Amino acid sequence: MPKAMGAVKQAVPAEIGGERDAAIAGRRAAGQAAPTRKSLPIVEGFVLAAALLAPLLLQDYLTVFATRVIILALFALSFDLVWGYAGIMSFGQALFFGSAGYGVALLARDLDITNIFLVLPAGTLIGLAFALLLGGFLLLGRHPSSVIFVSLGTLTGSYAADRLARGWYYLGGQNGIPSIAPMSLGSYEFTEGPAFYYLVLGILVVVYLLCRFLVRSQFGLALAGLRENEQRIAFFGYKAQHLKAIIFTIGGAIAGLAGSLYAFHEGFVWPNMVGVVVSTQVVLYVLFGGSGTLIGAVIGAVIVEGVSFWLSDNYRDIWPIILGLLLLLVILFRPLGLISFVLGERERVGSFRAKPKDNVKEKRNAP
Amino acid sequence: MLLEAAGIKKVFGKLTALDGAALTVGENEFHGLIGPNGSGKSTLMKCIAGAEVPTQGKVSFVNADITAFTPTERARAGMSLKFQITSVLPSLTLYDNILLALQAQSSLVDLVFSRTRRLLHDQVMTMLTQFRLADRAFEAAAALSHGQQQWLEIAMALAGKPKLLLLDEPTGGMSLEERRVTGELLQPIKQHCSLVIVEHDLDFIRDICDRLTVLDQGKVLASGTVSEIQANTSVQEIYLRRA
Repeated sequence: MPKAMGAVKQAVPAEIGGERDAAIAGRRAAGQAAPTRKSLPIVEGFVLAAALLAPLLLQDYLTVFATRVIILALFALSFDLVWGYAGIMSFGQALFFGSAGYGVALLARDLDITNIFLVLPAGTLIGLAFALLLGGFLLLGRHPSSVIFVSLGTLTGSYAADRLARGWYYLGGQNGIPSIAPMSLGSYEFTEGPAFYYLVLGILVVVYLLCRFLVRSQFGLALAGLRENEQRIAFFGYKAQHLKAIIFTIGGAIAGLAGSLYAFHEGFVWPNMVGVVVSTQVVLYVLFGGSGTLIGAVIGAVIVEGVSFWLSDNYRDIWPIILGLLLLLVILFRPLGLISFVLGERERVGSFRAKPKDNVKEKRNAP
Repeated sequence: MLLEAAGIKKVFGKLTALDGAALTVGENEFHGLIGPNGSGKSTLMKCIAGAEVPTQGKVSFVNADITAFTPTERARAGMSLKFQITSVLPSLTLYDNILLALQAQSSLVDLVFSRTRRLLHDQVMTMLTQFRLADRAFEAAAALSHGQQQWLEIAMALAGKPKLLLLDEPTGGMSLEERRVTGELLQPIKQHCSLVIVEHDLDFIRDICDRLTVLDQGKVLASGTVSEIQANTSVQEIYLRRA
């Protein structure tokens, strides 16, 4: 913490004198915060603009790649909510991602259900249900469960699902389920390309905004308390375990949504999708981009996938080593992720400010 | 009686921290818990607050047996605790620290839609003003001095309007002036809240408490009004022994 706190941009440095001091004193008296630099909306706007323009500028095969990355960014959001905001170390997030992928693949294969309005809610529900089951078991004890218990529990869940998928003939064993029919809307079929890209981007934006609403609410403040000192907030009377189970379940639902999109985009599902490799991958996205900021998770997914893509093209044999070193360097020197280059600590953590206006809903100024 | 802890025994491995300790606190009573280092004061506080589960014994609060209650359940029953080590949330603003404490019993829907936000704003500012922190409301709690962090934490512990507040060494690390102010800040809460206070500063205890319980080696050595305890020879002895 000390390192992080060193970066705190204090709202009112003591040495400021003269006019500004008086202005600040005035604001203080009015119960308002001194203005802090607002970089977050700029970063968000920039990322959105880049995402909107990408298919116009990229070659077709790169648009397909970019679609995959956006889906993974959605997946990263789910982990960020759980770890970055609530401090629950879920090392098995792929369980929800992959089980939803398998679920919709089975719907398409065995029941010929590919309608977007059926398969996406179904995938979301599958992720939600698995997260509720696992989260209920791991988090809802009478006394708080330890970080080790939760991380090992989620990891085991993901590992077991991987083994199960590999060994179960109905699920296609090692090969998974190939040639899933495309997702459809009436007679229209979503195949790889710009339409699928914008669909996925639209979903990401909506989910992002919902998450933003959530983490800026009073519920988000409770999550911050949970992350920083779970024991303390239990003594205030918070049902800390319930809060954790709720956010874990929401995270599972988002992962499920991402997993079902992924299954239809790739056209097949395979055991890795529920396993430890993908579970770890999402942890890296979020650590790399900056946990505890929604945009950090998105940026992390884009950069890790983009860099891997470029490296594997140019350094065919040793690219994983280069990527690994890069990740280590970021985690070592930028523990708060790449986003911390542009986002101060105060803005990252966020706060309620000023007096809530009578008819305007006050929101917590958190990323 | 508001709080009755009886026959509390707590064993950690081979160490018996408490051996049949007891504590009784009435309504609107400020009760001091004193004793030499290692006498079991903090452990008794933790057993009352629910941070530790006693090996034996019974804790009742407002006529209900709460021995097996979790900290959350105790808080909801009207008990509040300020830890010995300050545990304000350093990266949040003072305002958010207090709001976090105040909104603890808001419903989930209210939290998600920030519905109690406007309602609680005035209470947050009142608490901050009462504890002389209002002008720093929107700074990170980490920027406060140690003494101010202690006040912030007392304010947070009081935010939920508890019937009983447990304070573990509130003046630890404070200057003389800060101690005096702490005493002043605590006086007004007597109208609606009882207090159990663990403290090494005997002058401070004497000034604000109605009754005292003295612990020694996990047992109650004496319990009574401040003047009774001051006149008690065995109490004088352990403090002389320590000196």
